[in-house]
Amino acid sequence: MEIPYTVAPRRDTGLWNAKVGIWLFLASEVMLFGGLFSAYVFLRLDAAPGDWPHGLLNVPVGTMNTAILIASSVTVVLAWAALKMRQFGRYRFYMTITILCGVIFLVVKLAYEWPQKFEHFGARIKESELVKYEQYLGNEHLLAKGLAPRKEISGHLHNSQALHDPNIKEYEIALDPVNADPTSPKMDRPHFFYVPATNKIASVEKADVEYANMFLPKHSAYFATYFTITGLHGAHVLGGVLVFCYMMLPASTRLYRQNPEHLANRVEVSGLFWHFVDLVWIFVFPLFYLL
Amino acid sequence: MKETHQAHTAEIAPPDEHAAEHVAAHVRKYVMVGLTLLTFTAITVALSYVNFGTMKANVAVAMLVATFKAGLVAAIFMHLSAERRLIYRILIFTGFFVLGLFWLTYLAWYNPIVR
Amino acid sequence: MDATTHPDPHAAHPPSPGSGAAGDPHHHHGEHEHHELGFWRKYIFSSDHKVIGIQYGLCGLVFLFFGFSLMMLMRWQLAYPGQALPVIGKALGHFFGPGSMPDGKMTSEFYNSLGAMHGTIMIFLGIVPVAFAAFGNFVVPLQIGAPDMTFPKINAASFWAFAVGGVIMLVSFFVPGGAAKGGWTSYTPLAVISDQGPTYNAFFNGQTLWLVGFIFLITSSLLGAVNFITTIIQLRAPGLTWMRLPFFVWTQFVTAFLLLLAFPPLESAIVMQLMDRLAGTSFFLPSGLVVNGAPVHNSGGGSPLLWQHLFWFLGHPEVYVLILPGMGIVAEVIANNSRKPLWGYKSLVFASLVLGFLSFIVWAHHMWLTGMGSTVSAFFQTTTLIISIPSVIILSAFFISLWGGSIRFTVPMLFATAFLPMFGIGGLTGIPLSFNSADLYLHDTYYIIAHFHYIVAPGTIFALFAGIYYWFPKATGRMMSEFWGKVHFWPSLICMNVIFLPMFLQGMLGMHRRWYDGGQGWNLSNEKVWSLTGFQWNTPISIAAWCMGLAQIPFIINFFWSIWRGKKVENDNPWDATTLEWTAPSPPGHGNFIKEPVAYRGPYEYSLPRRGKDFTMQNEPIEAGERTTHPSTEPVLHA
Repeated sequence: MEIPYTVAPRRDTGLWNAKVGIWLFLASEVMLFGGLFSAYVFLRLDAAPGDWPHGLLNVPVGTMNTAILIASSVTVVLAWAALKMRQFGRYRFYMTITILCGVIFLVVKLAYEWPQKFEHFGARIKESELVKYEQYLGNEHLLAKGLAPRKEISGHLHNSQALHDPNIKEYEIALDPVNADPTSPKMDRPHFFYVPATNKIASVEKADVEYANMFLPKHSAYFATYFTITGLHGAHVLGGVLVFCYMMLPASTRLYRQNPEHLANRVEVSGLFWHFVDLVWIFVFPLFYLL
Repeated sequence: MKETHQAHTAEIAPPDEHAAEHVAAHVRKYVMVGLTLLTFTAITVALSYVNFGTMKANVAVAMLVATFKAGLVAAIFMHLSAERRLIYRILIFTGFFVLGLFWLTYLAWYNPIVR
Repeated sequence: MDATTHPDPHAAHPPSPGSGAAGDPHHHHGEHEHHELGFWRKYIFSSDHKVIGIQYGLCGLVFLFFGFSLMMLMRWQLAYPGQALPVIGKALGHFFGPGSMPDGKMTSEFYNSLGAMHGTIMIFLGIVPVAFAAFGNFVVPLQIGAPDMTFPKINAASFWAFAVGGVIMLVSFFVPGGAAKGGWTSYTPLAVISDQGPTYNAFFNGQTLWLVGFIFLITSSLLGAVNFITTIIQLRAPGLTWMRLPFFVWTQFVTAFLLLLAFPPLESAIVMQLMDRLAGTSFFLPSGLVVNGAPVHNSGGGSPLLWQHLFWFLGHPEVYVLILPGMGIVAEVIANNSRKPLWGYKSLVFASLVLGFLSFIVWAHHMWLTGMGSTVSAFFQTTTLIISIPSVIILSAFFISLWGGSIRFTVPMLFATAFLPMFGIGGLTGIPLSFNSADLYLHDTYYIIAHFHYIVAPGTIFALFAGIYYWFPKATGRMMSEFWGKVHFWPSLICMNVIFLPMFLQGMLGMHRRWYDGGQGWNLSNEKVWSLTGFQWNTPISIAAWCMGLAQIPFIINFFWSIWRGKKVENDNPWDATTLEWTAPSPPGHGNFIKEPVAYRGPYEYSLPRRGKDFTMQNEPIEAGERTTHPSTEPVLHA
């Protein structure tokens, strides 16, 4: 006996095997990201006002990446449609674009967005010392407006050896615009375009700092969730790209010659996975970049 | 099973006429949905710079838009608008547990004895 | 699920009736294996569900015995705290490396490692692989009349992910500092800060390897679960409608859903704990954490409770993952050996579905001591009490099934009947724990240990033994010895109870489950716990545990002896059973069935009136005017 319903659907369920399988797999993926997002909710609700940063990520780049993923979702469904209509050339064209989109997304993330964060520095000031750095934080101004306080001074770390050398007693930071001009109403809300650090340098005593580090996962609960969720999402993108590459190999062309419906089913299943990855990003993007 | 094995001929098994027409009719729709998604991405970004009073309100608005976008992806790209009952059942089941995970985690945070 | 199965075009040829399907296995072999697979592809890297099931089973049994051996070691420390283990103590000290058992005396760190790894290995490397993966793989496709799993290669990948995870767990014993010490729950923040420091490797330390091993085990379970559910949905034989599925298939179906949906949140939690350990994040570390008098230099802002929520979101469904397949096996064995239809089939099915459903919303009853508020607490107490209802329904149905049956006390039946009171004790002693107020006292005592061991040890593991004795002839074509099976059963049953009954008392007197000297060193407890009413209970418990180890020897010998020398089965249905797996050859060849099976009736049609024999197999057509115990509204299939 051969395993039935690998290509043609079973009559009572109306589905072929892989389709049931991929949806079950996606259900488990929903729970995986559900666990991560509930961690996000839990940690964010637990954070005191001002402990959850805003506007630290590059919004235009994030928007562009969102657009790229959406475009790739369109092309993958077009690739499937082309296969259904037996237009193999078109299928390969759309598939190539999909793969390119996935690769661009990953390159932007790994070669631009993440490294940019790794070079940025932030020092969270102790609750008791916030007043001392009022000139960089502008908390009176924020309080008057009913906004959450600022507790962090961020920018480019001038004396980068200060991170590791216990003999250096203070951090010298080329300030981000937010800390350079904290009382300006322009700084109440994050900017759309990325604004580089200013030339204004502030020195922050280590004794006044609760925790200071580069914008690494360990920097804060925010960056921990950001890097974990986008990292896991990126791993999914990579997985999808690899599967699509397999769809372009000669083995798949042979399968097309033998049984085009089988290849179409495979593309549909991997497409479903890809759409799910896109769908996760639709939530990741506003939660981390915008809010 | 319908598939035919024609490994050694150049001829490709022809598409199911009905299915192919069906797919062709949908291609335009896919592109339109893609454009809608792009538009709503821009809208999400724009809305995040509008002050809705509290951060909670902003989060709610952004999540509403995101849910709408996700719904489009699921319904059209993932063919959920016309899928088999079995798939719906699996998803309803899953959705219930995801909501439980979120809701109860939130509740447990919300109602402790000591903070 | 869709309850209507239409006749399949494949069913064109007439089905073979009943036990006549025995057929000639050699003929069958020739039909399908056009090219002979080499040894490696056939027995090691196989994608055949039966081989994978047996691989899972053997590995799982080895792990079960290994995990049990860890406990036997711990029992020495509990009975004779601080004394050197005679004979093998020094050798074990060398084997497990410095810091484990210098001069045969166990260190407290090593005791913690043993405790953590005993739990992890028994649950995730022992029972889940045997109960779910091994029996599920071997039996489910046969019971539903399928040629294999839907995704054979993914099935093989699932086994190999499990094997890698198991090896990582074992390797963790031999890295500097030894295996994980955080208990099987790995509660944060202790688990995050343990195994860190100058004497530990940053990656190759017990806790990190535990987490990495877990990722493989979870992946394995997920792949398995997807495969099982798809197989049960898609590959049921023609006529085998949902309400004609054997109860074992239903329990595997529910179990697979639990694994599918409960494991991923734990996977996310494990990724987060790995980030905490490797990338220095603070998912589970609160602000201002002080360890050994020194503040921990971390960003803070995390929550230890988050780990507990995500862990128990898996952890509670996991309990039902452990018990449901056992219930399924017991159902098969009881129906077969009482020669009666299983009582209340439909209520059993719905009870197991409700059980699975509710198991997702009771998890915080493991966390009463975290200080959650009364609203949340009331919610979880209520759901916890409700979930006992389906369990009681299932157990009652099994008891009623015995009523008036012509019971054959075969070895599988002995284990299955022993399951019932043992599971009953375990379940009923859980009810006090579901109340917040009672649990505040009983939490983390030996009462808990006794409670859940009654469910998984004489409960699930007895069910597993029942399953092994029951399906052994299908897998090998030979019977296991009845005599040695009974020699295995009775001492096991007695030892189980000598081990776990006194623990209820110890726990109620306040003995904490993590005391590594069994309570001797705690002055307050000396009078009451260490020598309860003038009697030191830890010693007889330990002796019983070691006797139980000895009692497994007849099983091991019987098992391997019977593979090669056991009595050959006379036909493919040695137990006179009714379900479809007994229509396949023993052992089934590649592709399982000679003729595609078709089901005409329910799974437990024993002792039907006006029949020459007391069992009617699922593939025997309905005769004119016959009334079955499972009347079906669906179109009856006629070829």
